[in-house]
Amino acid sequence: MTPPELAVQEATGRSATTAVVNDFSIQIATVNGSGSQTANLVLLRSLFQTGVPVSGKNLFPSNIAGLPTWFTIRASRHGYSGRKKEIDILVAMNPETARDDVLGLAPGAVALYDEPLKLNDVRDDLVFYPVPFDKLVATVCPDAKMRKLVRNVIYDGVLARLLNIDLAQMEQALGKQLAKKARAMALNMAALQAGFDFAVNSLEKRDLFRVEPMTATAGKILIDGNAAGAIGAMMAGVTVVAWYPITPSSSVCETLATYMRQYRMDKETGKATFAIVQAEDELSALGMALGAGWLGARSMTATAGPGISLMSEFIGLGYYAEIPTVVFDVQRVGPSTGLPTRTAQGDILSTAFLSHGDTRHPMFLPSSPGEVYEMAIEAFDLADGLQTPVFVMSDLDLGMNTWMADPFPYPEKPLDRGKRLTAEKLQALGEWGRYKDVDGDGIPYRTVAGDGLPTYFCRGSGHNERGQYSERPADYVANIDRIDRKFQHARTLMPPPVIDRADGARIGIIGYGTSHWGIAESRDQLRQEAGIETSYLRLRAFPFSRDVEAFVAAHDRVYIVEQNRDGQMAALVKLDVDAALAPRLRSVLHYDGLPLDARTITDEILRQERK
Amino acid sequence: MTIPGTPTPAPGKKVNRIGLALTAYRGGKSTLCAGCGHNAISERIIEAFFEMGVDGQQVIKLSGIGCSSKSPAYFLGQSHGLNAVHGRMPSVATGAMLANKGMLAIGVSGDGDTGAIGIGQFVHLMRRNVPMIYIVENNGCYGLTKGQLSPTADIGSTLKNGVVNDLPAIDLCALAIDLGASFVARSFSGDKRQMLSLLEAAIAHRGTAMLDIISPCVTFNDHEGSTKSYSYVKDHDEPLEEISFVPFFEDISVDYEPGTVQAVSLHDGSTVFLKKLAGDYDPTNKSMARRVIYESAARGEVATGLIYIEPNRPDFLALLNLVDQPLASLPAEKTRPPREALDAIMDALR
Repeated sequence: MTPPELAVQEATGRSATTAVVNDFSIQIATVNGSGSQTANLVLLRSLFQTGVPVSGKNLFPSNIAGLPTWFTIRASRHGYSGRKKEIDILVAMNPETARDDVLGLAPGAVALYDEPLKLNDVRDDLVFYPVPFDKLVATVCPDAKMRKLVRNVIYDGVLARLLNIDLAQMEQALGKQLAKKARAMALNMAALQAGFDFAVNSLEKRDLFRVEPMTATAGKILIDGNAAGAIGAMMAGVTVVAWYPITPSSSVCETLATYMRQYRMDKETGKATFAIVQAEDELSALGMALGAGWLGARSMTATAGPGISLMSEFIGLGYYAEIPTVVFDVQRVGPSTGLPTRTAQGDILSTAFLSHGDTRHPMFLPSSPGEVYEMAIEAFDLADGLQTPVFVMSDLDLGMNTWMADPFPYPEKPLDRGKRLTAEKLQALGEWGRYKDVDGDGIPYRTVAGDGLPTYFCRGSGHNERGQYSERPADYVANIDRIDRKFQHARTLMPPPVIDRADGARIGIIGYGTSHWGIAESRDQLRQEAGIETSYLRLRAFPFSRDVEAFVAAHDRVYIVEQNRDGQMAALVKLDVDAALAPRLRSVLHYDGLPLDARTITDEILRQERK
Repeated sequence: MTIPGTPTPAPGKKVNRIGLALTAYRGGKSTLCAGCGHNAISERIIEAFFEMGVDGQQVIKLSGIGCSSKSPAYFLGQSHGLNAVHGRMPSVATGAMLANKGMLAIGVSGDGDTGAIGIGQFVHLMRRNVPMIYIVENNGCYGLTKGQLSPTADIGSTLKNGVVNDLPAIDLCALAIDLGASFVARSFSGDKRQMLSLLEAAIAHRGTAMLDIISPCVTFNDHEGSTKSYSYVKDHDEPLEEISFVPFFEDISVDYEPGTVQAVSLHDGSTVFLKKLAGDYDPTNKSMARRVIYESAARGEVATGLIYIEPNRPDFLALLNLVDQPLASLPAEKTRPPREALDAIMDALR
């Protein structure tokens, strides 16, 4: 038999005849609710176990069953984790979308499809692999009702053969997915083998894609950002969690509840060291979090855009009455209901200034699950430290998709509960005012009910430094200016940007959050394809450190890459830097709901550069 | 037969059981209108907490927005207080009690704050039975914005400018009972004695104690044609029972003729004695409670007193199986899992 990697496919138009190793994307098109999750994760995990860097993205509908869904796996020996715009291998299982799915492929791509769909009639410049799924599943699964559950695993078996993935790796991955369910395991293994055997006997390898073992995933974990946030919140010692279900943030609190039940039950009494409450809406969820923060508990909520909008008024209370809490915003496409299951960075501007009046809020901007974890812990310390609500701005791509990450380090820094008044401190101060700035950083000392120290009335109406109701102009100005001093102080407390300056580069790129993955790859494309060197600054927090202004000043043109229509972060940067620098700022914007890919960035930067 | 009266301090007795004088329970000077029913309610709150010998440091007081919601600043000056956003005090109170279940929470709201903008949060507070006292200072109008109708205004009731309310009133007591509230009472700011006993019983109750107190607005809703005016409510107040409260720390023996008085034991060992006035009223009977509200309303009367009580319904915090120590003060050893826990989580993700 001819070694598959030497096969030449005449019809593809690909000039290369050498194998393409560990560098491709697979898109699996199925129907929502058809049980493809197991098969897709087994495929992803088997590549991961083979040592090949992977990422998995689920493009799903806002629906429980019946609408089209696509799962994309990217294998990249270079370690690129962003979405690849081009699909190299399509697995077409959904009759409804199959034709469009095939028409969307680039010449030379692979289309593995359910034989009755007869997709090879659609065009002639692809590598087609028809697979009779119904026939194969009937042979391994006599019970017709069970067939739906194992039918999809057959494409794993076919791909194992075609791509050279060790079947033992798939078996191991399957074991991980199905835990100890012996019957399900046996059925799935039979289906896997059936697919593999079919490919051996009936399919001739005619494409160039191939998997070779690597060691790039050694020691790493696979995780989604929401789970990372949950673990971070637990390690930060959160005690009160209130939330309202909303895609794509629900799994933050659901995963947290699972971990808390396992790791946060008091050893001696078996009782919970936490309260997790599903509230009646997002207003109530934040209200509960603020009530708990007022009484000195570490509290949080998690939500998405519509919830952020609803929380607007309450956040103003948290800001003005200076109550700590942490809000995870897993952003999705707006406005209004928007595209609930698609990703965006569209809440940046509204969250930065959430609520009426003069308000500004610290935001963490994680790019990876590891950062969601670390920033979650930092967010609780910062909320206590600044006595204000703090936001962790994730998005659907980061929160719900599967990412490779280094195992999370155990937090070495003890919990920092901020400036709490003590009897000794009170004696040293002589007199205490809840909103009195005694240290010059704008951050006052606070007391909480039950601590036996002086009390105050916490309110969202005008107040003086003793917390008393006041409409005096001077009291208002002194107070609102002091609160701004806290915010300015936050510039030095939050994670600084990550800066990669290329020698002599005249072009700078600023990015944040999940845009990072496309940017990192795009910089390589710009260098390799157009000879353009770029410097890169990745924002990790708002308010910005002063490095941002220096970075803009050091480049002729600075592209701010983000996933919204209006250049929301660019607007924040423009507000923050010297006005003379503003003309240097340009935007690269992507807002169709799909995770940002490198090609889109590269093409847009080149277009603007050539203007 | 001896029916206990409200325990009153012996002459010359200036301090309560924890050694504090009444003044220790006062707050700032009221900025509400002279004669406002809300001030009378604040006075009874001060008295009730004094009589019960509650440590102000163990109390949190909360409110929403409106005239009613200003009042927590005028009582219990030694307690922490919070003025939430309009209609959203219940969620803040819930979160606060989750953080420190050792606190005694008292919330003051108004008929607009509860019945209009805050009805959603009110509904879920009642449903959860969060341990707190929830007072609605009900005057059927918006005072702070100068006299607009609120959802508790009776149909046909008029505004000062002659506008007639043509929508039915929301009866907050009926709603609370339907939602599963465990202590529902209605009173009148002009009935000091009833109000005090109900407030003391509310302090002793574990669960949400909802008190809808008709509290006439002397500035905007005290005219002829209003069913929330002082004189209208005084004339139509129909007490269901004569209520007396005996706190757990007072050793008072009570004799009464069987069938004339109902004794209800509360969570902390206190007892409410209800001398029957209107037939055979039983406030532990939910359908009877609903009926009396509807029937009295149909007659244009205001049934007051302890309308419904379910003293043993588990409160929301009891359902959460929380550790004994307040969550807010748990040390890091209890809230940050050990290194091995994180290692185990990471291993499972490999």
